[in-house]
This record gives sequence, structure tokens and C-alpha cells, in this order.
Amino acid sequence: MPSAFKKALDSGKFVVTSEVAPSKGTNLEKMAHHVELLKDKVDAMNVTDHQSSVMRFPSLGGALLVKENGGEPILQMTCRDRNRLALQADLMMASSRGINNVLCLTGDSVMLGDHKAAKGVFDLDSSQLLAAVRTMKGGKDMAGNDLDGDVNFCAGAIVTPEANPIEPQLIKFEKKIESGAEFIQTQAVYDMDNFKRFMEYARQFDVKILAGIILLTSAGMARFMNKNVAGVMVPQPLIDEMAAAPKGGALKKGIEICGRMIAQIKEENICDGVHIMAIGKEEVVPDIMNAAGLI
Amino acid sequence: MIRSITRQKPMNEIEHLLDGMDRIFIIGCGTCTTMTRTGGAEQVAAMSEDLSSRGKVITGTTVVPVACDNLTADILSEYGSRMNQADALLVMSCAYGVQTIGTQLGQMVVPAQNTLFIGKENAAGQFNESCTQCGTCVIGETGGICPVTACHKGLVNGPCGGTNNGKCEIDSNKDCAWTLIYNRLNELGRLDVMRTYKKPRNHLGEPSPGKFNIPAD
Repeated sequence: MPSAFKKALDSGKFVVTSEVAPSKGTNLEKMAHHVELLKDKVDAMNVTDHQSSVMRFPSLGGALLVKENGGEPILQMTCRDRNRLALQADLMMASSRGINNVLCLTGDSVMLGDHKAAKGVFDLDSSQLLAAVRTMKGGKDMAGNDLDGDVNFCAGAIVTPEANPIEPQLIKFEKKIESGAEFIQTQAVYDMDNFKRFMEYARQFDVKILAGIILLTSAGMARFMNKNVAGVMVPQPLIDEMAAAPKGGALKKGIEICGRMIAQIKEENICDGVHIMAIGKEEVVPDIMNAAGLI
Repeated sequence: MIRSITRQKPMNEIEHLLDGMDRIFIIGCGTCTTMTRTGGAEQVAAMSEDLSSRGKVITGTTVVPVACDNLTADILSEYGSRMNQADALLVMSCAYGVQTIGTQLGQMVVPAQNTLFIGKENAAGQFNESCTQCGTCVIGETGGICPVTACHKGLVNGPCGGTNNGKCEIDSNKDCAWTLIYNRLNELGRLDVMRTYKKPRNHLGEPSPGKFNIPAD
């Protein structure tokens, strides 16, 4: 039985996903609030997995919360913190509780997070995790043993269309598809001409592509990402546009820019949908969708 | 040439390790730590002075030629009485030497160094870690560059998303292994091997602790 998200991907509609970030601690009110706000507006919600290697409530627990509150979760799963036994176990747990979408990621280094002396596991990489999901869907574990009850997942992965150099990334991208990725969320894209060139290449593969849209909240944030975030390039005219926003109006301008980009992607049918990352500002996702003319 | 690469522990850690032990004999190594200037004659003299100023009694110092050699105990035997007077031997070699001395002499040993990696000298004075002795060598498919070692995450199917301008996400001074591998294979016209999916690694090629005996004739 395909997941609701998988059905949306296959329906040919313009798919919209967003993110909810688990809390630092067991107070889940904010996350539950975001789920309530977004569940009827987006096709699915990613639940991040110790994003940037900062220890938080687990993505599996967050995905359960999304499910219990009537949303469609995409379980983000990195290879940073679990070996292949733990990853397979968590996949079974997720599937048994109706979490049927998984985004397979390698994961950031622990050195980027708040537990810098921790052991980075990386027993598997993202393409191997995708292959493991496919194996388990076939009723076997990675060691070839039969599973009493298999798993059901729509599996996805990520790509960085603006990576430099791009060629090694594209080889990895193709391996992810070969390993069973049915959808791909991209790192943030801001330069639509560059993204169109990437899509000309990516269209040859049988995979759905959701463009990553990160909400800009200030010109400083754009400059910071250009300097510090791998594969993110905000063009100067967009930074200027953010900088020219009236005092107190930067968020509004950022929402407008996001809306404009999403509308263009949909209008020109550049890819299959968008993945909106309003980092820390999840409550404005409906405003972004409104600005894009989606609701 | 490969060398054991070390970095001296912070003095407060060394002091903590020597807590309650007042009489110390210091042993340097004439090979790797002399070359890396972490445990040669000069550093042994400096350590002796430093510990004296912290109230320790230094019963003697020496620099053995090769601390990890089985003959080290014989070489040290001339210092027998001065070593016996010491509560601990502070060893300024790598951990191979510390363990050799500890086993051979049966005295309390304290390392002055953290042993970082086995380094290959690629240019004068520049050492890189290029093999971690994983037991399941993969470099036949990577143009001779080891991603298990040279990639911070040990990835075997290509780069992660954190690579930026050919550098690693943890340190812009460290090269991204997969950019190096891509470039090497591209030059060799063998990108086909990079495109081939690699199965999950066997992490127990030689289960730790490794052991090897030369077969009898």
C-alpha cells in the first residue's frame, strides 16, 4: 500500500513538503503546533534527525507525533549515529507504526554539532541505506535473513545542484537513484537558471525532484549561507533585494521571494514540487504557500 | 617512510596522570618523536625542567634510540637504579614505545603524548594519514587514494553533501577525499569504477586486536 506522500508524487500534482524540527527536550508543544498548522496544507512533513549534529528529540519520535496528529511524515534518517543493526531496527519500528516515507542521508559530522567528542558511526552511507530499505521491502534484512513482516517505504535522498565541483555529487546522485531513491529533495536553490540546467540533466532519471526552498530572513543570513553552507549560493540581486527591505520588513520580503520562486517553478514546470525549509520559522510556511498562489 | 605522529598532552593532564607520584624518570625516543619534535632530547630536557618547577623530583632522563624496539629494555638497563627509584616512567615516545617499555620493565608508565596517526611524509615536514589499516583495502577502486582514511566519514560511494570547493566540511584546510579521487580517476579515464555502487564495508576485516604470526617454514 503506497504512502499518501507516494500517491501525491505519482499523481503528477505539484508536491509541497516542509519540515518540522524536533525539540531539545521533551516539550513537544511547539512541534505539535507546527504539525497542526501544516498538516492539511502540505503533502508531507520531514522530521529532521539531530539536524547539524545537535542532539534533539529523535526523528522517529517526531515522525510518530506527526502521524498521531494526522500529518504525513517523512522520516529523516542519517547514518551518523546508528550502525546497520540500529538503522534496520528503526526502519521496522517506523514502518510498523505507519511511517512509510524515509529520507536517507549520510549526516553531518559530529564535529559540527553540540556533542563534538561523540563517535561518528557512518557504518553505511546514504546510498547504502537506500539499498538497505529496498532489501527490507523485499522481506530480507541486510544479512539476507528473512523478515517476519517486511517494511513499506517510499525512500528518498538529497542532492546539491550547486555543489562545486558538481561532477562527484552527480555520480553519487545517480548511485542514490540506482539504490532505490524514488524522490530527491535538493539543497536550497536560488538561481533558477542554474537549477533549470540541473533539471535538464536530472530529467533523464525516473525520480521525482523537489526543489529545496530555504526562507531568507535577512541579507545577513544570505551572506552567511554563501560563506558557510556547502552548495548554497544566493545570487547578489537577491541579497540586495533583502537588504533593501524596509526596517522590520525582511521576513515579509523573504516570504515574498520564496513565494515568487515557488510560483516560477510551478508555472514553468521546472520540477515536480518544492521542499520548503523555513528554518525556525515554520509558522510562516502557509504565508509562503499563499505568496506562491498554492493556497 | 612512515612515522608515528604524536602531540604532547596538555601539562595539566600530565600533572593529573602523575598525581601522587613525586619521583619521575623521563624517557624520550630517538626516532619518531625526535623527528616530530615532541619527544627528542630537547623536549625531554624541557619536560624535566617543567616538572621540576612543579615540585617533581626527576631521578634521571634519557633518549632511547627506538622506544618500540625489543632491545629497549637492555638499553635502559644501565639506568636501572635511577628508574627503580622513580614512582613512574614518563615516556615521551608514541604509544607503541610506552607499551613496549611498560611491558618490558614492569614499572608504572605514563604517556606524555597522544598518538595521533601513522603518518606518511609527503613533503619535507608534512605528514598525512593515508591508511588506517582497516583490513579490507578498497583502494583498487579509488585510484589508489583511501577514502576510508582520507574521507572524514570513511564513505566509499562518493562525497557527502558537506564537501565545499574540494575541501572537507570539518576543516577547510583538509582536502575532500572524493574530489581527489574523482580527479585522479578522471585523469586515468576510469570514472567507471567510481560510478559502481560499493556494498557496505566489512568493518571487521581483522577484528581488533589484530594479531599475526609469520608462518613456520
